[in-house]
Amino acid sequence: MSTESAVSAPGDDDVLLRVENVVKYFPVRSSQLFRRQRDFVHAVEGVSLEIRRGQTLGLVGETGCGKSTLARCIMRLYDLTSGKITFDGHDISTLSRRTMRPYRRDIQMIFQDPYGSLNPRRRVGSIIGDPFAIHGIASGQERKKRVQEVMELVGLNPEHYNRFPAEFSGGQRQRIGVARALAFRPKLVICDEPVSALDVSIQAQIINLLADLQQEFGLTYLFIAHDLSVVRHVSDTVAVMYLGQISEIAPTSQLWDHPRHPYTDALLSAVPVPDPDHADQRERILLVGDVPSPVAPPSGCRFHPRCPKAAPTCVEQEPVLQPRLGDGPDHRAKCHFPVADGEDISLARPTISAGARIIETGILADSDASLTGLGPRDGS
Amino acid sequence: MALLEVSDLHVSFGTPDGIVQAVRGITFDVDAGQTLGIVGESGSGKSVSTQTIMGITRGARVSGTALFEGRDLLTMSNQDLQQVRGAKVGMIFQDPLSSLHPFYKVGWQIVEMIRLHDRAMSKAQARARAVDLLRLVGIPQPDRRVDDFPHQFSGGMRQRAMIAMAMALNPALLIADEPTTALDVTVQAQVLQVMKTLQDEFGTAIIMITHDLGVIADLADEVIVMYAGAVMERADRRTIFVANHHPYTEGLLESLPAYGGDRERLRPIPGQPPSLINLPPGCPFHPRCPYVMDRCRTEVPNLDPVGGDSAHLSACWLPHDMRARNARRKEVIGRALPRPAEQGTAPAEALAAPAETAGSQ
Repeated sequence: MSTESAVSAPGDDDVLLRVENVVKYFPVRSSQLFRRQRDFVHAVEGVSLEIRRGQTLGLVGETGCGKSTLARCIMRLYDLTSGKITFDGHDISTLSRRTMRPYRRDIQMIFQDPYGSLNPRRRVGSIIGDPFAIHGIASGQERKKRVQEVMELVGLNPEHYNRFPAEFSGGQRQRIGVARALAFRPKLVICDEPVSALDVSIQAQIINLLADLQQEFGLTYLFIAHDLSVVRHVSDTVAVMYLGQISEIAPTSQLWDHPRHPYTDALLSAVPVPDPDHADQRERILLVGDVPSPVAPPSGCRFHPRCPKAAPTCVEQEPVLQPRLGDGPDHRAKCHFPVADGEDISLARPTISAGARIIETGILADSDASLTGLGPRDGS
Repeated sequence: MALLEVSDLHVSFGTPDGIVQAVRGITFDVDAGQTLGIVGESGSGKSVSTQTIMGITRGARVSGTALFEGRDLLTMSNQDLQQVRGAKVGMIFQDPLSSLHPFYKVGWQIVEMIRLHDRAMSKAQARARAVDLLRLVGIPQPDRRVDDFPHQFSGGMRQRAMIAMAMALNPALLIADEPTTALDVTVQAQVLQVMKTLQDEFGTAIIMITHDLGVIADLADEVIVMYAGAVMERADRRTIFVANHHPYTEGLLESLPAYGGDRERLRPIPGQPPSLINLPPGCPFHPRCPYVMDRCRTEVPNLDPVGGDSAHLSACWLPHDMRARNARRKEVIGRALPRPAEQGTAPAEALAAPAETAGSQ
């Protein structure tokens, strides 16, 4: 487990949320009969980060990298295996359900699926009124008035108070989700893939809405998404997660201009760009294999089985998340051999044996074996 | 003659709420070895049209023609169509897990598919072919993985297995319906690479249905943009991105975050797509269009050539001369959204090429 400490001194009033060395394991049933030891999914392992007031932290990573688990840990929907979460100056990592309650008003969540996250049998007014009911604030006409205010705020027609979710389109449903999250003007809003289920033209509407609300109420966002262009657009700082750990964290433009971790580099180069000329020119870094199982993550650097720059050190020693190649203190990468500016890692070849690159799921991730005859595309 | 020629295809479904006009008179063709990209949002009819061509929409009212190698797929008997499906036209769907049978080994499913169309092939031969195919799409250790069940494959591997199955009989046409939507970006890059390589090797024509304009920019030759069951614009890839004519195409591209990454406000298309039961009169896009004119509200525009270029078609009442159209754009959008003109570029060109700034980063 890594032991990176948070960057700035504790007690910094500017920091709304500080996450320190958070670990979350889930037990899994062992496949072998009579095996004493239980296996665990190492969903989040030693994550530290902080979000300043009024800022947006983007969290990116592939399926199963632990980004949603981390969000749910911050919400305290899951208990932490270890680590500490400080919200607005208070340690909330060990609070019980009851003592956590006052903080719930200040930490709200917007979910991905606008169909699954709204009860189809309840009217919109009562869905958005839930936070008021739960916290026993305002009732009757007063509650209705406040719900309608929130509806107006997010661009819904307040007259639709008595409609059912099914009568709304996907984009409007997402607005309902936003309204519910914002009913109490929370301090921190965790947006878990808030636009990925929406069509392109509607996505932009919701992103603009979130930006307007942030400006108006000074909201702080933790923005989780796998769409990197969206994350780039909304975030001040971006953290890249891989197999439960942060592999790189940096101010947004820093990360895009000077990716240090080979994984970040590959991830950014894999994004399809809506520009044919750019698509024809660039060299894509094609990673081999898939993300290994988080039940038995690889030794050393967790990315080594797929990394084009992997060397024996990477197998033996876990790198530290720290500034590399003279970057400032807010740009940290977890890599022994960071990517230099202008370096083309699509040409790099690992210096470890193919055997060391066998990923836990049994996939031989040797680049030659897995991509028979599929060399990097030339820039035609 | 093109490999597949679809003309005036209409598809509608009767529902308790009324008739859903899912596809309203679309015409397109695909040449051998080419990739046709079909973009559009949910409900634009992009999937329904190809599914109808392959005879897998049930209970639909269909009219029009779809000539594949000169034979009309829409009037073909079920038996004949089965010969075409799989053997001549392969299909890949969005969700590989629901397209593979969970009870049968991956290899067995490919073998079954091969032997169904080629009775002369022995089981051992078919199995060897399945191993070859899995190797071709980049499954590591294919001779071992051929005996795995679908759940033992990761998402990316399942999609590769689907591609292997679709390519098993070396079809002339591959229809890929959102093949990478369920995949992570790094895996998506792998799968798209596999499709491209196969196309280069076997000269397969591909119809790529997607909502992701990035995927289109990457591998389409020709692009059609669909909205409310109709084709709005058709052009080669570059024209669609840098010199598009239809306001819907323009709106789709503008609503994306700029690749250059500046944090200026996004410009979404206002409103929502129309109901396919109650379509607005005139141009289906007119309620959301910034350029809307009186004519758009009553008359449906034809899909006509832009600037005398018969390969670039647009269904819009704006002038079909790009210069006049861009002048109109400047008049309308320039007023609504003032933004600095790109330096060193003539204003008209700068407006025609909203995506070009991205490449310079």
